[in-house]
Amino acid sequence: MSWEVVIGLEVHLQLATESKIFSGSSTRFGAEPNTQASAVDLAMPGMLPVLNELAVRYAVLFGLGIGAQIGQRSVFDRKNYFYPDLPKGYQISQFEQPIVGRGSFTVTLANGSSKTIGITRAHLEEDAGKSLHDTIPNASGIDLNRAGTPLLEIVSEPDIRSAEEAVAYLKTLHTLVTYLGISDGDMSQGSMRCDINLSLRKHGSSEFGTRTEIKNVNSFRFVERAIASEIERQSDILEDGGVIVQETRLYDAERDETRSMRSKEVANDYRYFPDPDLLPVELSDAYIAEIAATLPELPEAKKARFQAEYGLGDYDANALCDSQALAQYFERTAERGKDAKLAANWILTDLLGQLNASGATLQEAPIKPEQLGHLIERIKDNTLSSKMAKQVFEALWQGEAQGDVDQIIEARGLKQVSDSGALETLINEVVASNPDQVAQYRAADEGKRKKLIGFFVGQIMKASKGQANPQLVNQLLNKALS
Amino acid sequence: MEMQSIKQLSKALSDKQLSAVELTKHYLSSIEAHNDQLKAFISVDQDRAIRQAIQADNMLSNGTAQTLTGIPIAHKDIFCTKDLATTCGSRMLANFAPPYDATVVRKLDAVGAITLGKTNLDEFAMGSSNENSYFGAAKNPWDTNCVPGGSSGGSAAAVAAGLCVAATGTDTGGSIRQPAAFCGITGIKPTYGRVSRLGMIAYASSLDQGGAMARSAEDCAFLLETMAGFDAADSTSSDRATESYSEQINSDIKGLRIGLPRQYFSADLDPKVRNILHDALRELERLGAELVDIDLKQADLAIPVYYIIAPAEASTNLSRYDGVRYGYRCESPADLQDLYIRSRSEAFGPEVQKRILVGTYALSSGYYDAYYGQAQKARRLIAEDFQQAFKGVDLIAGPTTPGPAFALGSKTSDPLAMYLEDIYTLAVNLAGLPGLSMPAGFYDHRPIGLQLIGNHFQEGQLLATAHQYQTLTDWHSRKAPVFAGGHL
Repeated sequence: MSWEVVIGLEVHLQLATESKIFSGSSTRFGAEPNTQASAVDLAMPGMLPVLNELAVRYAVLFGLGIGAQIGQRSVFDRKNYFYPDLPKGYQISQFEQPIVGRGSFTVTLANGSSKTIGITRAHLEEDAGKSLHDTIPNASGIDLNRAGTPLLEIVSEPDIRSAEEAVAYLKTLHTLVTYLGISDGDMSQGSMRCDINLSLRKHGSSEFGTRTEIKNVNSFRFVERAIASEIERQSDILEDGGVIVQETRLYDAERDETRSMRSKEVANDYRYFPDPDLLPVELSDAYIAEIAATLPELPEAKKARFQAEYGLGDYDANALCDSQALAQYFERTAERGKDAKLAANWILTDLLGQLNASGATLQEAPIKPEQLGHLIERIKDNTLSSKMAKQVFEALWQGEAQGDVDQIIEARGLKQVSDSGALETLINEVVASNPDQVAQYRAADEGKRKKLIGFFVGQIMKASKGQANPQLVNQLLNKALS
Repeated sequence: MEMQSIKQLSKALSDKQLSAVELTKHYLSSIEAHNDQLKAFISVDQDRAIRQAIQADNMLSNGTAQTLTGIPIAHKDIFCTKDLATTCGSRMLANFAPPYDATVVRKLDAVGAITLGKTNLDEFAMGSSNENSYFGAAKNPWDTNCVPGGSSGGSAAAVAAGLCVAATGTDTGGSIRQPAAFCGITGIKPTYGRVSRLGMIAYASSLDQGGAMARSAEDCAFLLETMAGFDAADSTSSDRATESYSEQINSDIKGLRIGLPRQYFSADLDPKVRNILHDALRELERLGAELVDIDLKQADLAIPVYYIIAPAEASTNLSRYDGVRYGYRCESPADLQDLYIRSRSEAFGPEVQKRILVGTYALSSGYYDAYYGQAQKARRLIAEDFQQAFKGVDLIAGPTTPGPAFALGSKTSDPLAMYLEDIYTLAVNLAGLPGLSMPAGFYDHRPIGLQLIGNHFQEGQLLATAHQYQTLTDWHSRKAPVFAGGHL
């Protein structure tokens, strides 16, 4: 029997604020344990939380970015449970009145089709600290640097039907939040973590099956594999006539399987109630409008514009809009080079190829968009053949001549000869000194001629030391040989 | 040193009739002489007090002194004091010295007030008799067989016995006003949000409020105007401008309409208390106030509502005391669960444990709507009840307590009788209003307080009314049998 997969995702997104959501401590990643934990983060007696306004702003920006209802009055609640890395014995979160209500966004799948995924809500909360089990012999350590880091928990509707859709959803979300500038989206540092709610049901059924929740999966690849292994596990049980137990599971990447967490964790009664230390967050229309005015152009709109304005195809537009930085790099290159298609090709093939090979980020690229644009300009005005252009690109990458394209051309003597008078002289010489080949060419049919002409082009390029404009050579040769 | 007011002491200090160091030493020796008997102080830091006094004398010499410069005071041991033990009356924090000062402490330090030490209280401010203190109950200077009230009983006893000029207190359901009444002093709990809660150890966050305790309303005014004000580090503190209560204190009360809730003066009220209050109200009338009968129809809701909301908030406020980062930790815990259970069971006293359990239950899934949800609705009714009343009157007057200080141990086995102690004070916290208790007479040999309740931010009016009353009466300057008199 084949089963329909029903998935809802809860993403914990770390917001890119300098300081924590309820204290002034830094949120920087990777500092020595407990060096970024203030009296508030340590839950010392008498300490009180003060809301970081930037976290609110980022949450609103996200809500506006997905066209969601903004909770003009949202409330922070205490979620009560004991754990050593939770200093207060409760987490400050939002329960009944979240800051972002219903919204949605559209994801594009590999086959080119698109799908809209609903967002149930998004709410602000603080992160917990970390328990360290392998740093101190016979004891556990606690690092509270992360405690109080602002998180936006984004809850999707159970609209996702496959691992592929789940990954597409996460990638689209990742692109969106980095466009909005509300998160660095660095998954290796835990900036985006995902809980997967998954159930199976018979095709055509309108009721949901019993779901399991897979906690804290932190890469696209693991999400894909966790879903695959959980689908397999659940369908094996159902095929055998068994029932799914509603529970929390963990994905073990090494064994590529999910396994049950202790049921105690599931049975928690969190005793949510409004935190009396914090006032409800009241947002005025003016405040929301002011944030709306700062919304950047979002990926979907940018893609559409790139297609309309630059005449790019679907694939190129998609690829260039993958990140705001890349899109901006493209626009600056195209502006300087005055050829959007060439710019797109050079960026997607040569630039990204080099970046991948060297492991560098776009920000670290030694070639700036103005330089690449300059290079493209020299291709357009026939100064450079594409082969020469690759040499100049290489020289730019190495930082030659302080990145001055014209100086590199000059220094390397790469100027393409496009003077038809000079080329005609060369061609006449080659034609005159190869009478046999000329005769052979003239006797051949159209198909063979195409092959034979390569000989003459090769001779001319050799005589010009590679600088003849190949297009022009072809044109003039055709004339001279016919 | 006989019953001098802050104003008189301040003048003596600035006229160089005495130095802050002399004054401080006098109080330190008074504490030494009487604290064993009264247990008003949990800790006294002589070195710190003398250091501060030297600094105060410098301020007095270089022209930077203010009214409170050089005035020896005490802090309820719920306010965090940097590097000075802050126990909250609990075994849990018996060895805890915070690395920071409460905002209230910082403000009083800044004007040169001198901290003599930290006063006794019911554990985590939960109690009405001081008998829930891990360090043993403070005693009432008027009758050492009686309780001083609670939870700010140590502060009240210290002021009444002349062991300090004034003291800070906190009031969640009556914890300033009730001990002030029992000990024959004046105490004011301001509007919720008027005084920063930063560094004030939380019991029930939506009700807790710091305030002032002293012999007279005028002394309270000096203390409170220094404590009050917006604090960016406390999201619930009010950004309303502060007022000079000491300047407003001479405003007359002619034409002031004072409401007398029928529910507070019902047939249940002890006739002796009623007579004392009637006499006091007649004095207020003589000062020009008009007395009006009013209704507070929701008065009966106060106790049940308070005993859901306060424990609910307390149950999670006290979750941080888990034996992990600071405070008491049990010996050799077997595992994490054992660490939590034994640390908390061994270090929290029975009343604290009871309130944690009650509060946890009230917030539990399935019970939340019936208890906490209902209590919040009823709390709004209580607040509306007061707002309705304030449409017709400027102030409300009534008893602070049902009777005078009771004997130590007499109510410890009857929690309901103990909870009824706060029947007149709880509603004020639930409504976030300012309330004041002032001495109004004696029940046999024990003081009785009159409570004045104002509308939000009417502390100035409350203090002025009490001050006018205190210009006509001398209840507030009577000396308790245990009193550290004597001259320098």
